[in-house]
Amino acid sequence: MAALLESLLARKVDLSKVLDWLKNIQQDSNSLTFSDPESTVSKQEFIPFLLNFLRDQSSQALTHGPSTPAKTPRPTATAQGPAERRAGRSAGGGGRSGSRVQLFSPAASSGSESGLSHLSSPSFSTGWSPASRPSGSERRPSQRISLGDFVMSSPELQKGRRRTGNGAGRHAGGGRAAYHPDDNGRRTGRGGALGGASEQVSPPSAGPLNFNNLEEFPPVGSSPVTPPESKPSRRINPTPVSGERSHSKPKTCFTSTPFTEAPSPTPAGTERPDRWVTAASPDSLIEERELLKREKCKRAQQTCSPPPASEDPHTPTKSGLGRLDSKMTPEQQAPCPDPSNVTLTSELDVLAELYCACISDNQVPNVFVELFFAMQLLTSQSRPPDDGEEEERVCPLNTNVLERRYLKNVHNCVYFAVKVLEHQHQLLAHLDKCTLRLLAENERVASFSPLLRDRLTRAQDGRTAKRSPSVSTFIHSVPFQPATDNRSNFGSDKAFHTFKKQRDIFYEVLREWEDFHKEPGWNFDVTLGSRIRGMMSQLTAAGNHSHFSRLFLKQLVQMCKGPRANGPTGDNPDLLGMLGADGLGRLKRLEERLIQPHGIGGPCPPPSFPGHQEFFRDFLQAASCCQLNQHLQDSLCQQLLQLDEVSILTPVGEQEDGEEAAGDGDLEQQDEKQRFASVLLLARLLAKFLGFISFLPYRTTEKPSREIQEAAVALRSKSIPVLDVCGVLRNSVKRRRTILTVPWLVEFLSMLDFSGPLLPTYRVVLGTLCLLYRKIIPGRCSETSYLNRLLIVSVLGWLFQIPVIPEELFFTSDFTKVAELEESDADAAGLDCIPLVDQQLLYTCCPFLDEFRKLLAAFVSGSSAKGGGIVRKITPTSAEPRDVAGGGGARSQQKLQADLEQAFFHNQPPSLRRTVEFVAERVGSNAVKHMKATLVSELVDRGDKMLRDGLESPKADPSKLNESICAQLCEAGLEALSRATRFCCEKSPEAIRILLPDDTAPAVLSTSENITIHLATEKACSWLSANITALVRREWKCRYERLVKTLTADSADESGPPLTPKRTQGGARVTSCPPYCTHAASLPSDVLIAIKDLLSVAVRPRTDEELPTGSQLQKLFRQVRDTLGCKKFLTAVSEQMLLNATVLLACQLVSAELPLAPLLGGAESEPSVRALLEQLSELWEQDDCRSAPLHLLFTPLTITAVLEAGDNEWNNYLYVVRRLVDRGLLSDDELVSHWTKLSKQSLPAELKEKFGDSSASCQVDLLQLSKQTLEGAT
Amino acid sequence: MVNKPIFRHSLIIPHLKMKLSRAEYKEIVRWTEQLRPTRQCMKMLKDRFPNHSQSTLLSIFSLEYQKRTKRIIARHHAPDVIESHYRRYLSEATAHPSAPVLLELANEVDLSPALMARIILDRFLQDQEGGMPSKSVLNSMLKEPSLIPNQTLAKNVYQCTVNDCCYGPLVDCIKHAIGQEHEVLLCDKLKEKNLSFLDENQLRAKGYDKTPDIILEVPVAVEGHIVHWIESKASFGDDHSHRTYLNEQFWSYWNRTKSGNSRHGGSMLRCKGHPPPPPFCVAFGPRQERPRKSVISRPQERD
Repeated sequence: MAALLESLLARKVDLSKVLDWLKNIQQDSNSLTFSDPESTVSKQEFIPFLLNFLRDQSSQALTHGPSTPAKTPRPTATAQGPAERRAGRSAGGGGRSGSRVQLFSPAASSGSESGLSHLSSPSFSTGWSPASRPSGSERRPSQRISLGDFVMSSPELQKGRRRTGNGAGRHAGGGRAAYHPDDNGRRTGRGGALGGASEQVSPPSAGPLNFNNLEEFPPVGSSPVTPPESKPSRRINPTPVSGERSHSKPKTCFTSTPFTEAPSPTPAGTERPDRWVTAASPDSLIEERELLKREKCKRAQQTCSPPPASEDPHTPTKSGLGRLDSKMTPEQQAPCPDPSNVTLTSELDVLAELYCACISDNQVPNVFVELFFAMQLLTSQSRPPDDGEEEERVCPLNTNVLERRYLKNVHNCVYFAVKVLEHQHQLLAHLDKCTLRLLAENERVASFSPLLRDRLTRAQDGRTAKRSPSVSTFIHSVPFQPATDNRSNFGSDKAFHTFKKQRDIFYEVLREWEDFHKEPGWNFDVTLGSRIRGMMSQLTAAGNHSHFSRLFLKQLVQMCKGPRANGPTGDNPDLLGMLGADGLGRLKRLEERLIQPHGIGGPCPPPSFPGHQEFFRDFLQAASCCQLNQHLQDSLCQQLLQLDEVSILTPVGEQEDGEEAAGDGDLEQQDEKQRFASVLLLARLLAKFLGFISFLPYRTTEKPSREIQEAAVALRSKSIPVLDVCGVLRNSVKRRRTILTVPWLVEFLSMLDFSGPLLPTYRVVLGTLCLLYRKIIPGRCSETSYLNRLLIVSVLGWLFQIPVIPEELFFTSDFTKVAELEESDADAAGLDCIPLVDQQLLYTCCPFLDEFRKLLAAFVSGSSAKGGGIVRKITPTSAEPRDVAGGGGARSQQKLQADLEQAFFHNQPPSLRRTVEFVAERVGSNAVKHMKATLVSELVDRGDKMLRDGLESPKADPSKLNESICAQLCEAGLEALSRATRFCCEKSPEAIRILLPDDTAPAVLSTSENITIHLATEKACSWLSANITALVRREWKCRYERLVKTLTADSADESGPPLTPKRTQGGARVTSCPPYCTHAASLPSDVLIAIKDLLSVAVRPRTDEELPTGSQLQKLFRQVRDTLGCKKFLTAVSEQMLLNATVLLACQLVSAELPLAPLLGGAESEPSVRALLEQLSELWEQDDCRSAPLHLLFTPLTITAVLEAGDNEWNNYLYVVRRLVDRGLLSDDELVSHWTKLSKQSLPAELKEKFGDSSASCQVDLLQLSKQTLEGAT
Repeated sequence: MVNKPIFRHSLIIPHLKMKLSRAEYKEIVRWTEQLRPTRQCMKMLKDRFPNHSQSTLLSIFSLEYQKRTKRIIARHHAPDVIESHYRRYLSEATAHPSAPVLLELANEVDLSPALMARIILDRFLQDQEGGMPSKSVLNSMLKEPSLIPNQTLAKNVYQCTVNDCCYGPLVDCIKHAIGQEHEVLLCDKLKEKNLSFLDENQLRAKGYDKTPDIILEVPVAVEGHIVHWIESKASFGDDHSHRTYLNEQFWSYWNRTKSGNSRHGGSMLRCKGHPPPPPFCVAFGPRQERPRKSVISRPQERD
């Protein structure tokens, strides 16, 4: 690992080879052999090593914001100052005693507060942060104390360490050294030193430090016993320590909204020199700071070293900053990162390449964590410039490439970050518009990579989807439903009445919670617990659990299903309601700007129960009623599996670029998308609660010891899990429905207890998910839409990072070896193939993606002091004046109407609402279709006429004309809105009247009608106003192109040389029957068969009986004429063949190859050959027959046959030719050209002679003919 | 009041009635075995089976003859055989310039005259042009023998193509015409029965790449089988060709007309021993399922 990286950096190993190795996902290539056969590296070891290496490298630069909570098994330090680490995260991986000790002990030994500064010289004492500068020079490195020491010394952690078994051994042996077996020799000294330090820093006294708060410092770190080479320890997820929470009951990782509970007001007059301040509120750390001080004193006494000159912690806790750095001015900060100051460029490039290869191929447990890390580097804080130089001076002989500090200064950090972001621009492009804008406007990005900036700017334009805040409905209670709630559904009157009472209590409790739960010191269990438990006992007495569970679930769904319910909703709905939807959105955005930048939580928050979900969770906990839980479990399971089966239709003609053309989709497509989003959100909610209830009995606040865990696993693996997760997942993969199943499965699994993941079932599921994660690479397979894949990758990445999921999941094969990922059914056209996920859904499901925006926004607000203020100022508006004003009144009127509508439906049977919504949806959709069929085609026809008219004028320019027509049409297209409104007004009431029961009260009926009209119109008009122009444009473009094509073809015809004017005029095939055609003519095939028979008789062999009579032929020719007249059965091919056949027949007749049957018994009426030929030439004269291939009459074959036959035939021949000329079927020119061609042919000599004679006379004949016609004409 | 069913469960389209029993069909096939594809032989066939129309007999004969040809054609394409045919033709044509030498040669070696003409013409052109003639030149000369530079050959080729009732441009055109006519007839019948359907052109306008002739907008049941689409073939629907069509064409309709989330898949069609019917097979298929059974029948003759 280390050796590999070392050789890479030293250019001893080909980078591309390693990249290929990383990208190759096949199992057999898991390990790479380089340089010499003995140094084989497995990917599972190399990748975590690389990630940790980068974290280590950047540790000095990254001192702000939350940690990058990579759950990458880490042998060495994290990137953070301890305070942030504690403040940033809840339980996280925080309790990994092994890693924790290692994290901080180097600081203690080397004397720098930065966890990684042991890499630099001990004399590096000036400290890196502005915070430490005032006092830093007075300090002696050896006196430095970091929080890490105390963390480690906490008795809890001691316990944890003991439990882990090998924890102590690991750091005693030199955690880091253990990871580098190959360079052990070089490191032993250090390792020993580390070990010594860690042994040394184990004060026996526990002290008053609040580390026994298990929720903040759960000793999760009992790493399973695996060889240290392959089993790295876990990174620490810092825990926020809030003042409020110290008073609350012991909390678990199931915390609700831990980061935003108290917005942090900036102390007045304090300039915020940095963004790290934003992780938590200053107040929340007061207690800890005090504890820290005390601990420090104690430790100082213990180690018998002189007490530090200042007791202020050197780590940049926010409060410390607030106080210490109040005088810190922006000018004192380091200058902007500058591309020209970047050092070690090529090594950084190598690192970036490696890093990106891991990210792009999903080789890291969470892609977004890495992206976040890159952004942290990008926004990393400037260090005083002399630091780097000093370091260079001090360590000029730093020969070990791994010990060089590649990310030692902000220039390098930013360079590296921009490199990485550049690589990942595709991923970036799918973030929200705001993030993209912030990133594109970031001056560092601009100066380091204009290309990236341009890409981001471009991507921004493509992002149309906005994250619209939805208005919460004001009705919260579940309506009474006779079908399930009336007396007949209860066993006894008593049960019925008890349930009524329970219902009331439930809502009372809910209301009370809503009113008071935000107030400080309010405790759910204390206030409501007894009431809830009382109600539960009544339930049990009455056996009403099933009813109550139904009510409970319905209420849960009603309140928590909406996308906004997932976010931290701290607002008062009533106050916001006054603003109306529009104002609410603005207020929301304002609020986000004001508050959220301070709440950076990192891209991997622990599972939480935001909003009202918290109530339901607390309720269940307080009730602790096993019957209720069982009922809930049953119905949750059932509902979930039903939802999982939901079919989402692929509309016909599904457009492939669904992502790009999100707004352009059809109405049906949009509906299906919405439906999917709603199903997905509901399933996630239900799954979370199912998971919560199912694992509630096993939940522990801390990770149990290995023995307890093993026992629990042995015990629990015997019983059947509540949900057949393996089956569900397998089925989903097979049927390509992972886009629906995986997100809710993740929610379910996120509720697992600590032993849960080790149970066989969940082991398999987690392993399968891991395989799935590695397989679904957003940028690679093109089969599914990018956002679909991104959602799956994002939720899975989140799952892999939450505390209960063992960290060995990703980098060992413990889990994946039991799992297998079946190939999906190639035929199955599942949901995965449909672009269902849009950005809004992605952000709703993964709210942590918003952290990117917050991080960047925080950077902007931080740099604004220096840069002159990029922050956009919002003028706050208050609600009241607007209400008083007319506009505000109208708005509140609107809101009131909407509320009334809700109230109306609330009191009516649910079927009414369903009917109204259904009818509105259908009528709206039909209105749009109606517009497409009527208005748009009318418009296109109008445009057609306009174009034709316009082109008549000589100077017309088609393309200009096209534009002006198009503009006119689009304008006229806006009429669609009013027409659609009319359509909806007309159609909706009819349908509603038919669909509602007869006994509906007239007022209800008319209200329903009006609501339907309103909804349908809204739906139709919103679609039309967005799309009608595009639609008209598209249709017109189509027509225009066709028109231009035909017009140019026509004009080309006209301009062509009019060699045979008459023929070309008739050339166009007539395709319709004459009027009143009875289609009674003989079928073309029959006629063709008859002619073919005659032809074959003509060419012999034949018998005399087979010869046709003149009248037979006459009849046949009539048939031919009729058949050619009726177009019903004719195709171009058969028509041409018929004409062809008649000419051939004429040739045979005129040459007497086909003699007529001899007259029998003096039938006088038999037509002569001449008469038949006359009949044929009449036939060819018809319009249908202009394309007869008359040239066949002039082939040598025919001429020879005619000349051979005799004079009579020759005269007949001349007769036919003359008739053709007379009728204008043959022009003089054509005739002459045929003649000339013929005279050149190689005819037998005697015939040629004869032909020459005759042709002379014939030509004379013809000339006379033409003369006559000329004379006649003049 | 009797409930009127929503869907038609029985459908009798007169021209789809079967008129030919398997035994009779076999008899015809047996007869055609020794026939040459000439007018004379067709006449014999017609005389032997006066109950059947010429087009029915022609179709059966044509199909059987094509099968026969497939078995032997390779033999005649061997270079030495071609050479010997060509030599024989040349010598006989010079000896008897006006005799139908090529036709007789074809009959003698039991090869379709049109195919024989093609082989000889091909060989002739090779001599003339020194290389392999292009297919389009060959085809246009067969279609219009007057383009052939050698008059005697032109005459012989013409004689062959006109006399052949199973191969040749004229026969091809007749087959095409028959197919077209029966599609039109089928549409007429469906309209007559008030069935709403989309024809091939409408389907193509909707963007289907490969379409059956007819898709019924409302499915009907025929003999207990749900029919959703109809494909009309202008050729005789014997067992063999029916199977071929199924493989090459019908499955692709099925693949295209099934809707997105179809759960069916896998099993092959059970081609039941339906009576091999007269020409112009009509295959029916249910829309979202595999066509379980194909009904093959012939259209009623007009008038």
